[in-house]
Amino acid sequence: MKGLTIENISMRFDLANGESIQALKDVSLDIKEGQIISVLGPSGCGKTTLLNIIAGFLAPTAGRVNLNGHTVTGPDAERGMVFQQGALFEWMNVRSNVSFGPRMKRMPKSEQDKKVQHLLEVVGLGGFEDKAVYELSGGMQQRVALARCLANDPDVILMDEPLGALDALTREKMQGLVLKLWKETGKTIILITHSVEEAILLGERLLVLAPRPGRIHKEYQLPYAEMGVTMDLREVKKTQGYTETREEILAMIWDMEEEIMGGAGEG
Amino acid sequence: MTILLIYIAIFVGAFFAIKAIEKFKTKETDFTSLKTVTFGDESAVISNRAASFISVLAIFMIWGAFTGSKLMPFHVPGPFIGDFSFTYTATNAAGETDDALVKVVVYDSKSDKVLPKPDIEPGPGFAKNDSASIAAWRSGLIKVRRNDVGYGENDYKVVSIDGQSISPSSEIFIDNARIYMTAKGTLSLTPEKGWQMESLYLPPPEDVWSRLIKVASEGYKNFSLFEHLGWSLLRVVGGFLAGAIVGIPLGYSMGLSGWFRGWFDPIVEFMRPVPPLALIPLVIIWFGIDEEGKIILLFLASLWIMTISARAGVSGVTISKIHAAYSLGASKWQIMRHVIIPNSLPEIFTGARVAMGVCWGTVVAAELVAAQKGAGMMIINASKFQMTDLVILGIVLIGVIGYSIDILMRISEKYLVPWKGK
Repeated sequence: MKGLTIENISMRFDLANGESIQALKDVSLDIKEGQIISVLGPSGCGKTTLLNIIAGFLAPTAGRVNLNGHTVTGPDAERGMVFQQGALFEWMNVRSNVSFGPRMKRMPKSEQDKKVQHLLEVVGLGGFEDKAVYELSGGMQQRVALARCLANDPDVILMDEPLGALDALTREKMQGLVLKLWKETGKTIILITHSVEEAILLGERLLVLAPRPGRIHKEYQLPYAEMGVTMDLREVKKTQGYTETREEILAMIWDMEEEIMGGAGEG
Repeated sequence: MTILLIYIAIFVGAFFAIKAIEKFKTKETDFTSLKTVTFGDESAVISNRAASFISVLAIFMIWGAFTGSKLMPFHVPGPFIGDFSFTYTATNAAGETDDALVKVVVYDSKSDKVLPKPDIEPGPGFAKNDSASIAAWRSGLIKVRRNDVGYGENDYKVVSIDGQSISPSSEIFIDNARIYMTAKGTLSLTPEKGWQMESLYLPPPEDVWSRLIKVASEGYKNFSLFEHLGWSLLRVVGGFLAGAIVGIPLGYSMGLSGWFRGWFDPIVEFMRPVPPLALIPLVIIWFGIDEEGKIILLFLASLWIMTISARAGVSGVTISKIHAAYSLGASKWQIMRHVIIPNSLPEIFTGARVAMGVCWGTVVAAELVAAQKGAGMMIINASKFQMTDLVILGIVLIGVIGYSIDILMRISEKYLVPWKGK
């Protein structure tokens, strides 16, 4: 059975002061192979917790995650992860960063090199093999992170706000790159973001999580990711319905944030 | 005090002199020099090369000027050297007064030749002429009454010198000397000392230099200079390496395992604030004063520093790097080898720099206490023989070596962990 299924996941943990937090409650999700899903929600809704559970860094207190028919028990190369920033290894050059996964698997050197070269071409960093990663700009570093993840040929790619720290222009370019990679590689991608626009543009399916306890509030099926593969993203934003969807989701999240803050100090 | 004032005067004077000279130079137009806000912007504060140069020069000039160095064209006034004389007036039991002349010769104490008292005729009257020979910077008793007629009678006393009256337990100043009359009436004469330092307290730079030549060619106390310094260095390197070999794995295990951390935390946290110097007595009692004891002391000095820096290096790994490595399929061992160790290297280097500095300080102190050879032994031994030039030479060499060690560590850091701080 191909695909990723999340069955009734709950996550609850105790704090030092005796209280406990219900980070996630009864989250279920079925993801077909090759889907790109964006996850959105106010801060504290458990997005990152959910991603960490899928990645295998956290064990849920109830429920389980199945990938291609087996249960996830810990981190594995089948589920690659792209982090916001600072997850590259500064002591390695671009080539060694990208070839890290294959190297750990003891892939022959010539194959590694071919792979690195190909992937760097794909992410638009051809010729940067020998650069130190700290010499690259933030956008370039995230390109390396994407290539490093792809080099391992994972079944699922988990992205934890990978473009969060980039400036607006770079971010837009990178969004296009993510869509291109999604289409070319056919990988299942789960992307967590703070940006409503990004979630709409990149998510075939868009999940809005609600906080306290973290749960799926609403799910959208959106056409924009598919459009974005062939169209300029700025054109996509002009299509009918885009603005309405954005406003609807923004209002939803705004309300949730208000609720968290208790409306204090507003209006 | 005078020296401090002179130093401040040079500091301020040089500042204005350099500022005045800089006015005539063409203005630089690099980015930093275009900043208008420099007060408070640390990046705009550029160390003034001229100031550094003058600073070093000023120290050597003051050193030379106050020690009568031959390298210096001008000096502060030195001690009085040469002949002078004064007359004293005495009264005898009969109430008569008489004058007599005292000839004094003051000779340079650096030349080993002791000058004899100058000859002088006794002269007429009951007070007879005297003479004395005194080394510069020293004082001497002049028993002017001893050859006088009537000395020993109750009312015989010296009442004035060069017309200034003097009484027991008081002092007067005449040209070129201070004269103090002891409680019993004997004169104690101290020729003018001037401002210069006696070579016993501060030898001039050229003496230190010639001592360097001498010690470098002849050695000191059965060992050559190279051996003294080499042994100190060898102990430092040995002790430091031992500390690193034990401390780094210990720090790693404390950073990676709760059991290790729980077990060793109390020990490390307790031992860390204990200054290594405080361990010297115990180390001597246990291991003696030979190499073994020194290496163990330096091992203990560097161990805790290296342990703590390795532990800090492990806890300094960003969790996303570890997570990334796991989800790229790395095993625990591979994560240790490819992520944790390289990531902790900058911290370990910082620790190593600190540890080397501490070890260098500790070895010198340990050698001061007890050693057959070594830089510290050399200077404490020289001080016992009042060879101040060797003491200063040793201090300078210890400083130079300590500084070189730090520079070496910094250079290797640049090559080995180029990503530090990036």
